Amino acid sequence: MRHLMSPLDFTTEELDKLMDLADDIQNNREKYAEICHGKKLATCFYEPSTRTRLSFEAAMLNLGGSVLGFSSADSSSAAKGESVSDTIRVISCYADICAMRHPKEGAPLVASLHSSIPVINAGDGGHQHPTQTLTDLYTIRSLKGDMSNMTIGLCGDLKFGRTVHSLINALVRYDNIKFVLISPEELKVPEYIREDVLEKNGIEYVEIEKLEDAMPDLDILYMTRVQKERFFNEEDYLRMKDYYILTNEKMELAKKDMMVLHPLPRVNEISVEVDEDPRAAYFKQAQNGVYIRMALILTLLEVAKC
Amino acid sequence: MLNISGIHEGFVLDHIKAGESMQIYHDLKLDQFDCTVAIIMNAKSKKMGTKDIIKVECPVDALDLDILGYIDHNITVNVIKHDVIVDKMSLHLPKEIRNVISCKNPRCITSIEQELDQIFVLTDEENEIYRCKYCEEKYEG
Repeated sequence: MRHLMSPLDFTTEELDKLMDLADDIQNNREKYAEICHGKKLATCFYEPSTRTRLSFEAAMLNLGGSVLGFSSADSSSAAKGESVSDTIRVISCYADICAMRHPKEGAPLVASLHSSIPVINAGDGGHQHPTQTLTDLYTIRSLKGDMSNMTIGLCGDLKFGRTVHSLINALVRYDNIKFVLISPEELKVPEYIREDVLEKNGIEYVEIEKLEDAMPDLDILYMTRVQKERFFNEEDYLRMKDYYILTNEKMELAKKDMMVLHPLPRVNEISVEVDEDPRAAYFKQAQNGVYIRMALILTLLEVAKC
Repeated sequence: MLNISGIHEGFVLDHIKAGESMQIYHDLKLDQFDCTVAIIMNAKSKKMGTKDIIKVECPVDALDLDILGYIDHNITVNVIKHDVIVDKMSLHLPKEIRNVISCKNPRCITSIEQELDQIFVLTDEENEIYRCKYCEEKYEG
């Protein structure tokens, strides 16, 4: 039995097969419409999330399975003080696979250590968000052909943005990847990403503050939201939240085939005028999220192997 | 000069930095063992000036000494059997440390679930870096 805690749990070869499966699902929806009939996905979300939870649920429903779960800690037995390990032992009796989001870092790992069903980390605090990374990688592969030979700009909250950490971890395994890390001083990537991931793997990167300076060099621009829920201090949040706003004016500085990704939801960091730009790929990215989660569920349930 | 008699079977932990023996006593959980322990503090040492020494009378397989490698790999471990030194163990950094140090990341699951084992994994041997198994936060002592 396998779990998914980090994008690194899959080798690049396994990721390729997972994405091939997602392609096949996308092109042959009927073939997979009933493949998980009788299987249940538990979505255990200890903090609010609309799109990740709905994406998981849509994925399971598209496969003919059913879903159950809770969408906040208040509506779960965590409010009564139940531990994550006890909860997953009980959920294991009700469902065949579990997607867990938790505000505390490492909670899904604790669940996986006590679970008799596959556990998918659907986001743990500011730590990892591997299925968003699978979505991002799948979108990059769909748009660019593969993941090698690219300069990727990551912009916004690089400190608490778990999607950023997961994506960096996953991309360093591909050839000739360069990063431009665009953030205010207070929201720079944590040192463990800098030291243990970028420097350890000999990855070329620069850290800058101005988005405009980076635009001409980028093949991918990955925008992130400054996440209010990660700040202990409201004042800091207010100071940071509109630090970067991508506009058509800034898009003019970019390459013609540069792609803009965003894990969504966005707040103000991408102006709505950019939505009409053919390089804006974030809604396509959300659609891809369903296909790749379908492929993941099939793989972890061993209904179809990647 | 204070005299502590030799031991028949057990360990002599020598060259402990002066003042650290009580911490090691707790880290090795010696208070939980039914064995005789002698703690010698501020003994004179040519090499160190002053040092601590711990003598533990117990079966040689009763203690997990891996943690000593994390605390201070300069500690000398003499293994005693039948009143003689039969081995001098060399200490290495343990791959994993369990329930000795605690994660200080307020966002870590261990901050709200106190019954979880505190597990740290050696992620960089050269720089002696341990990270929390759950949240991957680096331990800074």
